[in-house]
Amino acid sequence: MDTRKEIPEGLRRRFRPSDWIAAQIIRLVAVTSLIMIFLIMLFVVREAAPVLKTQSHHGAELSKSSTSSESGEESTPAGVESYGETPAVQETYGEDPASKDTSAATTAAVQDDPYGTPGGSMSADEIENTKVEEVPPFTFSNLFSTSWSPVSSQAPSFGIWPLIMGSLKVTFVSLLFAAPIGILAALYTTTFAPKWTRDFLKPIIEILAGIPTVVLGFFSLMILASLLQNIFGMDYRLNALVGGIGLSFTVIPIIFTLSDDAINAVPKYLTEGSLALGATKWETNFLVVLPAAIPGIFAALLLGLGRAFGETMIVLMATGNAAMLDPVLTNPVRTLSASIGAEMAEVVVGDLHYSVLFFLGVVLFAFSFALNAIAEFYIRARMMKRFKGI
Amino acid sequence: MNKKVKGMLAMGITAFSALLCVLMVLWILGTVGWYGASSLSWEFLTQAPTEGMTAGGIFPCIVGTAALVLLMSVIGVPVGTITAIYLSEYVDRGSIVAKWVRFSVNTLAGIPSIVFGLFGLGFFIQFGGGGLDSLFYGGKLTWAQPNILWASLTMALLTLPVVIVSVEEALRNVPQELRSASLALGATRWETIWKVVLPNCTTGILTGVILAVSRGAGEVAPILFTGVAYFLPSLPQGLDSQFMHLGYHVYVMATQSADVEGTRGIQYATTFVLLALTFTLNFSAVYLRAQLRKRSIQ
Amino acid sequence: MKKLLATILTPVLLASMVVNAGQAITIKGSDTMVILAQRWAEAYMAKHPGTTIQVTGGGSGTGLAALVNGATDIATSSRPMKSSEMNQLKERYASLGVEVKTAKDGITVYVSESNPVKELTMDQVREIFTGKITNWKDVGGKDAKIILYSRENNSGTYVYFRDNVLKGKDYAANAQHMPGTAAVVNAVSKDPNSIGYGGAAYAKGVKELAIKKNASTPGVVPNAETIKSGAYPISRYLYLYLRNRPTGETKAFIDWILTAEGQSIATKVGYFPAK
Repeated sequence: MDTRKEIPEGLRRRFRPSDWIAAQIIRLVAVTSLIMIFLIMLFVVREAAPVLKTQSHHGAELSKSSTSSESGEESTPAGVESYGETPAVQETYGEDPASKDTSAATTAAVQDDPYGTPGGSMSADEIENTKVEEVPPFTFSNLFSTSWSPVSSQAPSFGIWPLIMGSLKVTFVSLLFAAPIGILAALYTTTFAPKWTRDFLKPIIEILAGIPTVVLGFFSLMILASLLQNIFGMDYRLNALVGGIGLSFTVIPIIFTLSDDAINAVPKYLTEGSLALGATKWETNFLVVLPAAIPGIFAALLLGLGRAFGETMIVLMATGNAAMLDPVLTNPVRTLSASIGAEMAEVVVGDLHYSVLFFLGVVLFAFSFALNAIAEFYIRARMMKRFKGI
Repeated sequence: MNKKVKGMLAMGITAFSALLCVLMVLWILGTVGWYGASSLSWEFLTQAPTEGMTAGGIFPCIVGTAALVLLMSVIGVPVGTITAIYLSEYVDRGSIVAKWVRFSVNTLAGIPSIVFGLFGLGFFIQFGGGGLDSLFYGGKLTWAQPNILWASLTMALLTLPVVIVSVEEALRNVPQELRSASLALGATRWETIWKVVLPNCTTGILTGVILAVSRGAGEVAPILFTGVAYFLPSLPQGLDSQFMHLGYHVYVMATQSADVEGTRGIQYATTFVLLALTFTLNFSAVYLRAQLRKRSIQ
Repeated sequence: MKKLLATILTPVLLASMVVNAGQAITIKGSDTMVILAQRWAEAYMAKHPGTTIQVTGGGSGTGLAALVNGATDIATSSRPMKSSEMNQLKERYASLGVEVKTAKDGITVYVSESNPVKELTMDQVREIFTGKITNWKDVGGKDAKIILYSRENNSGTYVYFRDNVLKGKDYAANAQHMPGTAAVVNAVSKDPNSIGYGGAAYAKGVKELAIKKNASTPGVVPNAETIKSGAYPISRYLYLYLRNRPTGETKAFIDWILTAEGQSIATKVGYFPAK
């Protein structure tokens, strides 16, 4: 890279400010991705922070956020129950004769009054009193209960175990299908296949990798779910199995591509040595090449796992989204990612429920970060050692 | 069992796995193509949805998707290209900074797309938009809500690794002699990059852009709560508008349409259009990259 | 390269400046109601060419937040306003907001067309969805496990059904949550032993159950008549929310929605008149 090293000292270029500035700008932009990782961590954790405090979630961060720009001190943990839902309050809306408004177009029966002005018929005191009654304070242990029922009319429970269980179930199913298919197909492509097959297979896998996940979700929901129910006669049409198989469509290309790289990276002298010693082609490929590529394949599996664990659209559409805590693969499941995707859009910003969803995001982020770190440092290092050691 | 049979069996298993991949692709494409092509028409591509999204076309979705990926590329491609230049031209492969940048690029590629959506909501909308609103708009809600700008920024971040990886590969394929010659003639390092290296890897950059666009056109999770809308009566008017999106349209038509049986044709046709779009993009990227590799071998 | 960037960026920036130019009534909120609101806006604008009405979706919560923050004139919502949102309105405008019931939506209980069960009592529906009854034979059907389909927990329908049909009890844990009513209808139509619920307008390819208020009363089928008269027991309102009592063009528009003409549009979209 650095061509200056070969240039003798006397012939060195002199310092040019424009070049220096360009270099600095480039360096600055280059560390953006590094900064972004920190920012992602920071801001996802920041929005989830209220969950991590055990008492009231209304903290300093909240008043900053613009959609709830009121000073939060008198709001109770909200979104938890609804004022409008209690029948007593609803009756004061337009249906209570006291709140009838004469300026409205119709003056006859109360039901004909198009607008109810709850504020109009209430004194300031009454407005003060329309606050929600106290809910039991949210505690951290609530996160580890066994039921996910975030908008329950009784005390809402944010137990993440069913969601983690759900994510693990679909991930397991997807790897169960994707791992053998991906690895064996990669082995075939790199070792057994004639060249024309290789040139044909690789673009096919790229096509699979290029199919948008929402299309795979749609396909799983419409075609795959009915097919599997007809074959196996399952009680639930949408379940972990359907979601997992749908997911394996996105995991296979990852495992295939990375295994392919790993198998290709196995030094040729291993193959040649094995063949020279009289091993057949399949013995060489299965017993020499494949074992030598195992660290790389393991990294491929880890990255496939990370992809399956965090994928949203397929599981949102094809798993049935019931938060059940059991190990049965033919039951519907609700995953971490699908919960965020399904619930975030209509949650009140700054709510407890909002923060809990961000907490799920923290879990997903931490998981994928850890997997990537393992794949990056541990596996690569082992692979290097192995090939150098031979 | 005799050795030959064993060998055939072993190869058979691997070949079967490969065949399975091919069949999967054909099955998915065939289904979508079969059902989708029949309800596809020129009107479908050029009309807005009507009758409460149970009839009409998907024109606003196409425009929304195009606007999204255009904005995303304008933001993301320069950043990705510069990062790739830094990694390949400015630092040694083994240096600490390069290692960390590379690690964060890989991590970025591994973060679930829904987490990008959360980040977009927490950082761009709540923090960035909220900050803009309180500084310039006196607290009036203007930028602190989902819109196409925040969605594009989120998407740009998501596709950053794609750009970086392809541009870096292209840069590595530019022969070292070109750089040496340029430097020997007295050009500065920046001049060498700008006038010699970059013009020689436009194909690579283009590949990166195309791959990023293809990824950006298909991802739905990151825009779920950063800008996409279920239905809009008008096309996006500016950076603070929401937009409709092909992928999201597939999702809502399959799960939230007013008449799920009657709109089956629309669902498949929209899926077909989305697939056709990503394929055209992917194929041109594959083609360009093949050209690039061929040239670098020569 | 620079020129290319400039040519791309300039129109984008220019376009962003032109926004919010005209004076218009803005409506934002519920995705359920966006089509209805759009129809109203179109019909009203055709009659009153001077008025501009902009409709956007995004969800009930999004619309109400925009109402609180002054970004929209009218919020549409398929659920009543929450106390947290009212508190925010109260702090900013010293008003709890104005609620307008614009239309009625009947919530229907769907089963597969092949299911022999024709009617259920409210108690049976509640026990099925809370997980007390788990087999169709307990309510006069065949011997098969009941598969439950519910809406996603952020939807107004979910909350309404829980509060008014399940009497505030939680859904059974094995109830599957679908992101939209269409997904429920789709799932129920393909699943012979399933039961689900959703807006009456959506019921296509599935069988709508007649509902009995209690064991002795006759079953009532949901239709315009029974929902309007209240004989069908499960129906809810669709709301518009404003910060203050409407004036001027906004008032004219809302008054028009509540006329027979406005209400007939609601009927066309698949809902029922509010009164």
